[in-house]
Amino acid sequence: MSTAKTKTLAATDGQASVAQPSRTTWLTSARTRRLGLTALGWTIACLIFFPIFWMVLTGFKTESAAIADPSLIFSPTLESYIAVQARADYFKFALNSVVVALGSTLAALALAIPSAYSMAFLPTRRTKGTLLWMLSTKMLPPVGVLVPIYLLFRDVGLLDTRTGLTIVYTLMNLPIVVWMLYTFFKDLPKDILEAGRMDGASTLQEVCFLLLPLTLPGIASTGLLSVILSWNEAFWSLNLTSSKAAPLTAYIASFSSPEGLFWAKLSAASTMAIAPILVFGWLTQKQMVRGLTFGAVK
Amino acid sequence: MATLQLDRVTKSFGDTHVIQGVDLAVDDKEFVVFVGPSGCGKSTLLRMIAGLESATSGDILIDGQRMNDIGPADRGLAMVFQSYALYPHMTVEDNMGFSLRLAGVDKPARREKVREAARILQLEPLLDRKPKALSGGQRQRVAIGRAIVRNPSIFLFDEPLSNLDAALRVQMRIELARLHEELDATMIYVTHDQIEAMTMADKIVVLQGGEVEQVGSPMELYHHPRNRFVAGFIGSPKMNFLPVQVVEADADGVGVRLPGGNVTRVPVAGEELSPGTSLELGVRPEHLVLDEAQGPLSGEIQVLERLGGQTSLYVRMDDAMVTLMADGDIAHSVHDTVRFGFESHRAHLFDAEGLALPSLEKHPLAGLRRQDNRVASDANGA
Amino acid sequence: MTKTRAAGRTVGGLRTLSLQAPAVTLLLLWMIVPLAMTVWFSLQRYNLLMPEMTGFAGLENYRYLFTDPALWTAMGNTLLLVGSVLAITVVGGTLLAVLFQQEFPGRGVARVLAISPFFVMPTVSALVWKNMMMHPANGVLSWLAESFGLPAVDWFSSLPLTSIVIIVSWQWLPFALLILLTAIQSLDDDQVEAARMDGAGPVAIFFFITLPHLKRAISVVIMIEMIFLLTIFAEIFVTTSGGPGLATTNLAYLIYIQALLDFDVGMASAGGVVAIILANIVAIFLVRMVAKNLES
Repeated sequence: MSTAKTKTLAATDGQASVAQPSRTTWLTSARTRRLGLTALGWTIACLIFFPIFWMVLTGFKTESAAIADPSLIFSPTLESYIAVQARADYFKFALNSVVVALGSTLAALALAIPSAYSMAFLPTRRTKGTLLWMLSTKMLPPVGVLVPIYLLFRDVGLLDTRTGLTIVYTLMNLPIVVWMLYTFFKDLPKDILEAGRMDGASTLQEVCFLLLPLTLPGIASTGLLSVILSWNEAFWSLNLTSSKAAPLTAYIASFSSPEGLFWAKLSAASTMAIAPILVFGWLTQKQMVRGLTFGAVK
Repeated sequence: MATLQLDRVTKSFGDTHVIQGVDLAVDDKEFVVFVGPSGCGKSTLLRMIAGLESATSGDILIDGQRMNDIGPADRGLAMVFQSYALYPHMTVEDNMGFSLRLAGVDKPARREKVREAARILQLEPLLDRKPKALSGGQRQRVAIGRAIVRNPSIFLFDEPLSNLDAALRVQMRIELARLHEELDATMIYVTHDQIEAMTMADKIVVLQGGEVEQVGSPMELYHHPRNRFVAGFIGSPKMNFLPVQVVEADADGVGVRLPGGNVTRVPVAGEELSPGTSLELGVRPEHLVLDEAQGPLSGEIQVLERLGGQTSLYVRMDDAMVTLMADGDIAHSVHDTVRFGFESHRAHLFDAEGLALPSLEKHPLAGLRRQDNRVASDANGA
Repeated sequence: MTKTRAAGRTVGGLRTLSLQAPAVTLLLLWMIVPLAMTVWFSLQRYNLLMPEMTGFAGLENYRYLFTDPALWTAMGNTLLLVGSVLAITVVGGTLLAVLFQQEFPGRGVARVLAISPFFVMPTVSALVWKNMMMHPANGVLSWLAESFGLPAVDWFSSLPLTSIVIIVSWQWLPFALLILLTAIQSLDDDQVEAARMDGAGPVAIFFFITLPHLKRAISVVIMIEMIFLLTIFAEIFVTTSGGPGLATTNLAYLIYIQALLDFDVGMASAGGVVAIILANIVAIFLVRMVAKNLES
């Protein structure tokens, strides 16, 4: 049976190579090319991902194993996680992160939707200028205005509060959110909104019944980016919060001061700090990619 | 009852004057077609009537009431967009009932009205589908249905058939004509396709460069174009134009010398013309006839297109190309030299400004409206 | 006649204004108030450690700042950091986008792995690189070097700025990849096939078809990254604290040192004003670039 099969195969092979030698070489070269491509793609992807992978791995090691020569073989333990949790309550920081990231995203969307609507559908001569000005505010280094903001926040009691941080993040992300929404809104055929207007829709009805449902994917991806940016923001959170409202960025920074070698604990804490947003990012990456183009892709 | 009147309406975007003072009266139940090349301002004019664009100056009156400052939804109009502009996230039924929902009509009443419109357009089996699941023709019908549901006094159509294939276009044209009769409403229709204009309109408005070139019934425009532009735009294939010289002019017409030297008399008013004046003679391809014996014009056939029933000849004359529609059975071939002519009352003369010299006799069909056509055919049927 | 026109324009204008007002007002406040305060403080003697020393300082803070060589070092570091990271991420991102555009088994997963660093917060990535990758004794890189018999590199003391560039590039490469990949996918297949019919090889296709197609996307990548790179802070804060010496102190970090470590509000504000002016110079170029983008 097996011999017969081999024979047939050999025969076919022979035939093919005799009848169409060029085709066979082409096929093999395509196959090699594909193999090389796969290897290259995976190697690069793994190299890029390696630091994250290594961090997660180290979190499950003992401290002594963590500083030993790098090795994939070890007996996993949760002791670092337990130790980290005993030192600082992860959930308190995580809750702050969630509240501030979601709160600032919702607030930025609420402010940006009317603004982007008017830019996209009721453009005036100043529209483009306004948009560019908004964007240019993003280029001011926060450090340039840190002192006054710090003093202002201290005086009105917003220092180390979730509200204070939410306000800052809302304003920080607002220009980018407006811009992204603007590019999505502009892609919507104008006819549809005009048909709505002919059907008697007020501006509010136009936005609620037509614009929002139709650009929901775009709004979602804008929101996702805003959540990620808020979640990962470190400058304001380190300088404007200390304990009560400190989010996960501050939680991690509290592990950065050297108190001897404690890599496993640091890795465990880091893993916990990025896990929610990393998983969130993985789940939503397809959605987000569409939004991240900022109108650059037509 | 719905009449529309435009009074010296203009529209400018900055320094670009898109509409330059349009006057127009549309009667009740009339089917009016705005036609012109792209960029002539026909869509802008329609959008101004709809209220989607504001008029820079002038008045827009519906049933005698000034509408300039009234929103699009409150003008009692409905519009069918070129792209159909269906709401992609709503079913056909919701699409058609959206205006009623906004107006606060309760669900059963809404349903009834939508069903009624769906019946007229044979859309009943599709009511639960989303626009994505419809063919182009069906989407078109939904867009019309959405307009019907609003029970408007005037229907506006913005190039509604331009996204359909040729066969479907013919079918929808017939359907629209039927709808006009069934709904008994005033309709304003924008197109760049003169065939749509000719077949559907009671009244055609030819626009160019933001100005009205001529308003009239299809037959009037065909037989008595006011100027060279309208003459060239209406009718397919396009009218031929030949340079001619005035030889004599009196109360019975104008005698002109054709290219090639022959003289012919055209029955138009041009007594004051002095001999030697250069004019342009226009004659439609379907009015040129092969006449080997006495044809005053001649040329060499460059291209010959046999359509079966008819043959199009593209003939090179000394300094012009002319198109000629001949019988399907002619035996000519490419590079043959042919002689041809025309009946003198079929010819038009245009002066240096492109204005037509008025015909001395009115064509019997020039005053005909499409309704008259229908009455005539009904009478024939009976 | 003119009345209608004026009325129409005002109504539209009012509507636009009222819709944009909230966002615009807040951003304006967010920008103007602290800016005005910064400028005001920069003209004052204001040190939290010396409360008795107050009063108008005029341009003294600026004079002091501009004669301080640290400012020029920090500016140089800022530009070097932004420039290198941009070069690495744009070139790398383009090449990776071409790679991940090709069909191969598991491409979807590989893509997700490659874009993951974008989701990692800067503090964490800085800590991971500092302690686990680049640590002179126990880092993976030094272990690798030793296994090949090479001397271990003490990254943060011998190549401090390079180390920061590596970390930041690692964070932003995925972003460039994401945008450029999306852009590459919108490239018309017909165009590539036509080029192939014309005899173009893969390299020619890349330079004459793919790269021109990506121009717009690349300019967007540059702009967005520039916004974030000019104000890099956490990576330096966590790893080198600006050192050794001033080797990794960028403008943002310099101001931070002065404000929160030296408690010299006046001086820090003067630094802030300089940073803002620098940012605006860059912004003018960027805004031009984006404006072109918005037009097409």
